Amino acid sequence: MIEVENLSKYYGRLAAIQNVNFRVEPGEIVGFLGPNAAGKTTTMRILTCFSPPSSGDARVLGMSVWNDSIQIRQKVGYLPENVPLYDWMRVRSYLEFVARAKGVAAASRAGEIERVASSVGLEDVMGKIIKWLSKGFRQRVGLAQALIGDPPILILDEPTIGLDPRQIREIRQLIKSFSQNRTVILSTHILPEVSQVCDRVIIINKGSIVAEDTPANLTSGHGKSRRTQVIARAPETELRQVFAGMPGLVAVHSTGVSSDEQASVVVEASPDLDIRPALARTVLGKGWDLLELRGLDLSLEDVFIDLVTEETEEGAGAENAARKEAV
Amino acid sequence: MKGWYAVFRKETANFFVSPIAYAVIAIFLLIAGFFFYAHLSLLSLISLQAANNPMVAERINFTDVVVRPLIQNLSIILLFVMPLLSMRLLSEEKKSGCIELLLTYPITDLGVLVGKFLAALAVLVVMLAGTVSVPVLLLAFGATEFGPLLTGYLGLFLMGAAFMSLGMFLSSLTENQIVAAAISFGAALLFWVISWTASIVGEQSGFVLRQLSIIEHLESFQKGILALPDISFFVLFTAFFLFLTMRSLETYRWKG
Repeated sequence: MIEVENLSKYYGRLAAIQNVNFRVEPGEIVGFLGPNAAGKTTTMRILTCFSPPSSGDARVLGMSVWNDSIQIRQKVGYLPENVPLYDWMRVRSYLEFVARAKGVAAASRAGEIERVASSVGLEDVMGKIIKWLSKGFRQRVGLAQALIGDPPILILDEPTIGLDPRQIREIRQLIKSFSQNRTVILSTHILPEVSQVCDRVIIINKGSIVAEDTPANLTSGHGKSRRTQVIARAPETELRQVFAGMPGLVAVHSTGVSSDEQASVVVEASPDLDIRPALARTVLGKGWDLLELRGLDLSLEDVFIDLVTEETEEGAGAENAARKEAV
Repeated sequence: MKGWYAVFRKETANFFVSPIAYAVIAIFLLIAGFFFYAHLSLLSLISLQAANNPMVAERINFTDVVVRPLIQNLSIILLFVMPLLSMRLLSEEKKSGCIELLLTYPITDLGVLVGKFLAALAVLVVMLAGTVSVPVLLLAFGATEFGPLLTGYLGLFLMGAAFMSLGMFLSSLTENQIVAAAISFGAALLFWVISWTASIVGEQSGFVLRQLSIIEHLESFQKGILALPDISFFVLFTAFFLFLTMRSLETYRWKG
């Protein structure tokens, strides 16, 4: 449905994105994850035909952003960051303008507006001036304008930014409800949002994609080591010494919550080795009571920080040089 | 030009929702009314003075004493008020960020420009139509000819459109409406006075300056003459700055 090939965008000498490649299949909700200035908004602006790429191509429903801009814009609903709206307009007039702009036929315009307003819960504020709406309702108006014309693709740039927790939950539920018959790309740097809403995550940093997978695969498969927490009735120093000599073990850390009676440690072992049986045997062999033994999954946050930091460490100098390659 | 009508309706509504259009139209009509009264009073005074001299009285007519100076004065008021109408056309969209949404709707850039430009022209037409009592009164009393009135109004309209396209282009260069208004006024004034130096810069340069001058091309309209070079000047002037606005939007997209 969306194919991005070697997409690059330069602002002067600075590359906002560089050789980005990814695909989005029909019906997927894809989360675009990255720190500020990673290139998320730039990519979205190219996909929505607001801004052309410097090189490469993006194809939406088989159409190129270079040649079929108007046709793509007909098929894509876009919600930019910070939801820019015409504050002086009433909600109904605004949605009428959008429907007219998107070429919704006059005969079906009123019905389309009612349908969209009801799907995002705007019925009670249709006569209000946008300027006086709460942030949550503004966000709903933003979503409504994206949904007018029933586009098969939705591109949402930070759709929950600046909302309170209740509004965030409502907007997430709305996004999930829209996605049943649509492809959705949403950018965010709120990590739980990705786990809760998205089928797949694309992590972008400094203009390049650093990871692309389902949230579950990212959290389970990314780690350089497999982590296990052990709580045993034993002296912590001795417990760590015993574990330290085990084959396949990478490191042993204290969790900082050990007491005189019990020790709590996290053992890091090779990712291809399940060390838990050996840990259990070692504790019991020493005559200590094993109180708890469980594998620790990485959180998406850990993966994100890890990837972003990894990138920074690996290529700080080289990266910056590469991003300024257009010199 | 796909989508121009949606933009036209939205822009027209914007003009009349905000107080800008009302304020500009009110000021324009107030000053136009003042000038009409002043010119009529002058005509009355001249007529009284010429009452004893039939030769002079015969040469006094409404067209020369009222219509031509009035059209000239209205053109000067337009010079001042047009930047107030054009200043927000694109700068407001840029400042609010709404341009990002507007340019991702299935509307061509030309559609956006034409919609905005026609909406601003609609305000100009309303403004000029507000002075319709002047020609109606003059024609009702048979005091003037229809031709100079018609060409005078056509000249005002073409000049207003030219100022509007210049203002829209300059509005596309900045997010600040005040800056847009200030540079639009300055640029329009420059095109107004540019021929003042024509006599001191040499024959060829003077010719070029006179060809670029707005007042030089407005004169034939005030005399009741429809001259193709003058009509072409205003049409080309308008088209040129609309073209520059298109390029400016394109540049904005590349930077976006």
